[in-house]
Formats: sequence, structure tokens, C-alpha cells
Amino acid sequence: MIKMWLIVRKELALVFRQPAILRMMILMPLMQLILLPLAADYEVKNINLQVIDQDHSSYSRSLTQKLGASPYFKLVEANGDPAMARRNLEQNKADLTLNIPAGFEKDLIRESETALSIEADAVNGNKASLGCAYASQIIGDFNREVREKLMQLPRFNDFPVIEVRSSFWYNPFIKYPLFMVPGILALLVTMVGGLMAALNIVQEKEIGTIEQLNVSPLRRYQFLMGKLIPFWFLGMVSVTLGLIVGYLVYGIVPRGSLLTIYFFSAVYLIGALGVGLLLSTLVDNQMQATLFAFFIIMFFVLMGGLYTPIDSMPRWAQILSSFNPVTYFIRVLRFIVIKGSGISDLLVELRSMLLFGIVLNVLAVMNYRKRSA
Amino acid sequence: MKTIQTDRLTRTFDKGKVTALQEVSFAVEKGEIFGLIGPDGAGKTTLIRILASLILPDSGSASLAGFDPVRDYARVRQIIGYMPGRFSLYQDLSVQENLRFFATVFKADLETNYPLIKDLYDQLAPFKNRRAGQLSGGMKQKLALCCALVHEPEILLLDEPTTGVDPVSRREFWDMLIRLKARGITILVSTPYMDEATLCDRIALIQKGTILETGTPAEIPRRLSRPVYAASAGDMYLLLRAVRDYPETHSCYTFGESHHVQLKSGSPQDLLDFLGGRIPGPVALDQIEPGIEDVFMDKMTSRT
Repeated sequence: MIKMWLIVRKELALVFRQPAILRMMILMPLMQLILLPLAADYEVKNINLQVIDQDHSSYSRSLTQKLGASPYFKLVEANGDPAMARRNLEQNKADLTLNIPAGFEKDLIRESETALSIEADAVNGNKASLGCAYASQIIGDFNREVREKLMQLPRFNDFPVIEVRSSFWYNPFIKYPLFMVPGILALLVTMVGGLMAALNIVQEKEIGTIEQLNVSPLRRYQFLMGKLIPFWFLGMVSVTLGLIVGYLVYGIVPRGSLLTIYFFSAVYLIGALGVGLLLSTLVDNQMQATLFAFFIIMFFVLMGGLYTPIDSMPRWAQILSSFNPVTYFIRVLRFIVIKGSGISDLLVELRSMLLFGIVLNVLAVMNYRKRSA
Repeated sequence: MKTIQTDRLTRTFDKGKVTALQEVSFAVEKGEIFGLIGPDGAGKTTLIRILASLILPDSGSASLAGFDPVRDYARVRQIIGYMPGRFSLYQDLSVQENLRFFATVFKADLETNYPLIKDLYDQLAPFKNRRAGQLSGGMKQKLALCCALVHEPEILLLDEPTTGVDPVSRREFWDMLIRLKARGITILVSTPYMDEATLCDRIALIQKGTILETGTPAEIPRRLSRPVYAASAGDMYLLLRAVRDYPETHSCYTFGESHHVQLKSGSPQDLLDFLGGRIPGPVALDQIEPGIEDVFMDKMTSRT
């Protein structure tokens, strides 16, 4: 026990004596928490739309006006010239082209049916699909208005109208920071806990101090626990920092209890540190560790549901992401912060996180050798 | 019972492609300073790391005070003090903190073992609050030795402790080793410096993973079968080439201000006659007392 605490104290002393590391550990997460949620905004506004009106009718004009009045679109002049419209699309001056064919109004009234075409620049897939969706929605609206106007109004309204009003539960105004901050916090805790622990052990390998410890009667668990505890502690500090920033910058007050957040952070950090320990047993120097960590972090970020909802991933990716400990922590933090879930609502996640903690640490301890064969 | 004994230790790297040690056997008596003398890459570090229970041998066995570093590694770790070739203490901890840290790790008490490290500690005392990374090379080595001694080991394994250390600090370091020996500690020390060989009680010459000779630093050179001559002339480079051209030359290499020459057969006069027509000016050729280097050169020439 005494020896374990000795290592803990030594580790903390070493961290606090390296100003660069300390700065990185405090400043970088703060910067990220402040910048990323603001930048990672999916809302697409200001889509450049050009309309090629070959009909020049009152209907086509009113449709164009309706589109231009929407906050999503900015109309771009194309002079009704399809060649110029194509050029605009190629030169990035326009994102979306709406073609209104000649005879649009006539067909709509006489045949009660007509077609429009939309072309989208899908280099930015997000913008293209959202743009098309917004445009279709507006065209649909326009369609309904036209039909209502064309129909002779009957005595009563026999034209059933279903009005859909949506409200977004738990995050009524879809505030992105509320959604992003818990996710980014989960990542930061992973980085601070797991990566720092890994780099720290690898550094001991590099400078050779690990050999001195290896020839000592120090037990494997004493060494590893001595490494785990300080970084577990630092991880908890970064959770606290993250919550403070969330409150000060974005006014986020977790709906759930702080105690629940700390409880899950404590459990999760064991797993995150396990990743770090395992990593440190697999590599020989800090360069390898950094490279390795880079790929792991990519996997953690992209497969953890931070940006893309896991539910919309293909089946195989969903299975893969269920092996990503960050997935669970991101989910848990969002549930607690946004929805106010308690431990009893998150038992499945708790079980997975505990399992990760146990498996990863057991693997790390088994893989850590005090001597090489 | 020898304090350190190895029996045909063999160790290869890269799946057997590189042989670091080949059937190395030697024995160290209790309370002696035993020197492993050899150039870089001779296998000194591998040997010490096997004894320190850090790596496993492919075959062969070793014992330290009766304990096998493979099976009884836990016991071995309690009785050895190991100092790796690279300075490996915590650079950001102070001298004092490093000492306390290693003392506790080794279940030792700084105060109890104070007499053993007193001399060293007194030298380090003025810097005790300085971070280890900011010490001079010599001071670093003293601190490392201090940390290796902190648990009162019976055996010290020192891997090139004086490499990269200034001559004065080297001298002080060796004085310290001799004082430790007087306390009954057995010391195995490796060094690439031939002049340090004479400070050991016994030495082993190691080269390419095999031990060439074992014995006292005084007796080993006497085992040379051929006398060694020191040759010098006005143009030393011309002399070196000319001696090497002489068909009866066994070995000739530069050593300080003269060339050391060994002849396969014939008298030195024959060599002088041979050189007479080739070297302008007088050539001096005197038989000298051979040193450790001469043994190395002899062995290396004989093997190739």
C-alpha cells in the first residue's frame, strides 16, 4: 500500500513539475470545449439556390419568391440560362439549381400534374441533402396552397389537412452546445486519462527508469495501480473543469445529478486508463504510442456517436461502435446532462463500462512484463 | 561457492540471427571487483541484464549468491544493486526525492543504510534539492550508484558506469567502488576503458559474445606467447604501412606515440633490416611490457 502511494505521489509530483504538460492538460481541453461546440454546428443556412425559370408565369414567380423568402436559401442570379447555371454549380457559386420547365403553370392547372427538377452539388453531401429536403418541403407547401386555391371551397372543409407540429424533447431549441459539450467532455476525459497514462509509462520505458523499477521487488499491481490512480484523479479534475466551462460559457446546467456524472466518470475512467495501460505495454517509445493513439482516437471519435448518430450507421459499424468504450460514456453524459437520467436508467451502459474496465485492465496486467523473454 | 557464476550462457536476438552471448562461463569471488572489459557490442550489457533478471538467456544458467536469476528472480532482485548504462533516474525529481523513492521501492530505509552511502551522499548533499536532470554527468553517476546501494545489496551490477564521465569523476567513482569492496560487496563492472581494467581484482576480456581471457589484470598480458615491441620513426604513417607489409608481422597497430608490433617468427633485427631500405631515418624498436590492449589486438588478429 505504502509503495503504491509512493508511486502515486511521485507521478503527481512529476506531472506538476512539467509546466508544458500541465498547460496542455488544462488549457487544451478548455480551448476545445469552448471552440468545438461552436464550430460543430450542423445547421445548414445560406444555401445558394438558383432558379431557372423557363415558364415565366405567376406560379413560377410565386414559387421562386417563396423559396427566396425562406431563411435557408439565398437566391443566386442565373438569368434563366441552363449553361450558366451549370457553370455556377461547378464554380461553387451555387449549391442547388431548381429547374422550372416551360408550361409549368399550364400543366399544373390543366393536367393537375407537373414536374420540377432539382440539381444539387453533392460535394458537401450534408448541404446537398439538407438543401433538397428544405426545397422539397417548401415546394410541397406551395403545392398545397395551389390546390387549396384551385379547389372551389366546399361548404365545409372536406379537404383533410394534417398539420404536423414537432417539438424536440429534452432539447427543445436544438441547442448544439447542449448536445456537443457532453460528447466532447467524454473525449477529453478519455484523452487525459488514457493517453496521458500510456505516454507516461512509455516515457519510463524510454528514459530507462522502468528497468530500475523492474529490478526492484515492486509488484506488478503496485506499479500499475500507482500509475492508474494519479491519472484517474486527473481525469476527474478534467470532468470538473469541463462542467465548469459548460456552465460558464454555454450556461449548461446538467439536468441530472452531479453525483451521477461523477459516478459514471469514475467507472468510465477505469476503462479509459485500461486502454492507456494496454497501449503502453504494446509499444516501445512515445512516437509509436502517439501514432497508435492517434488511430485509436480517430476510431473513438468517429465511431463513438459524437458527430454521427450511431443509429444511422450501417449494421456492421453499429456492432463495431458497441466495442468502443467512448460510445457509452458519450451516451451516458448526454443522457444525464440533457435528459436528467439517473443510474437506474443507465444500467446497460454501466454494465458495459464496468466490463470494459475489467477486461482492458486484466489484459494490460497480463501483458505487462517485468522482463523480456 | 562463488558469488556470481555463469555456465555457458547463450543469448541471441532477432530470432537467433544475432548472437549476443555465446556459451559465456565465468565466476566472481565474494568481495572482489570483477571487470568485464570489451569494446561496444561485445555483449557486456546483455550479460549484465541477464544477471539482473531483466532478460532471459536462451540456454545456460547463472547464479547470484546461490540464486538463479531465471527461477529465483525475486530473491535475486533483493540482493543486487543494478545500475544501467544509461542514466535512468527521474530527471524531474530532486536528488533527495530520487533517493527516497528508490529506498522505499526497495523496502529500505535511508537512515538504516546511511553508513553505506554516507561518502556518496556527502558529495551529493550540496545538490540535494536540485533536480536530477540538472546534475553534471559525474554527479548523475554518483546519484545512480547511491540509488543502487540504497537497499544494501550484496552484489553490485554496474553497466559502463563511467562512460561519458570526466577523468576526475571517473577516478572518484572508482575510489568509491574500492571502498564498497572493503565493505564486502561483490562488484561486477563493465567498461570499454582498458585503463580501468587495472583497477579491478580480476577481469574477463569479452569480444563478440565470447570471453577471450579471464584472470588478474597483471597476469593476462603475461600469457601472450609473442613479445610486443614498440616501434617509432620520423614518419609514423609510413612506418605503420611498412611494418604491415613485412610478411612476418603478426599484428601492428597505433598505440599513443608508437606502434605496437608482434612478430610471427624471426628476430626484431630481421624487421629492422626489412625496414632499413623503406623508411628514411632511424627506426626505434624496443621490447615492452604488454598491456591489456595488446592482448585484445593479439586475440582479434588470431581469430581472423
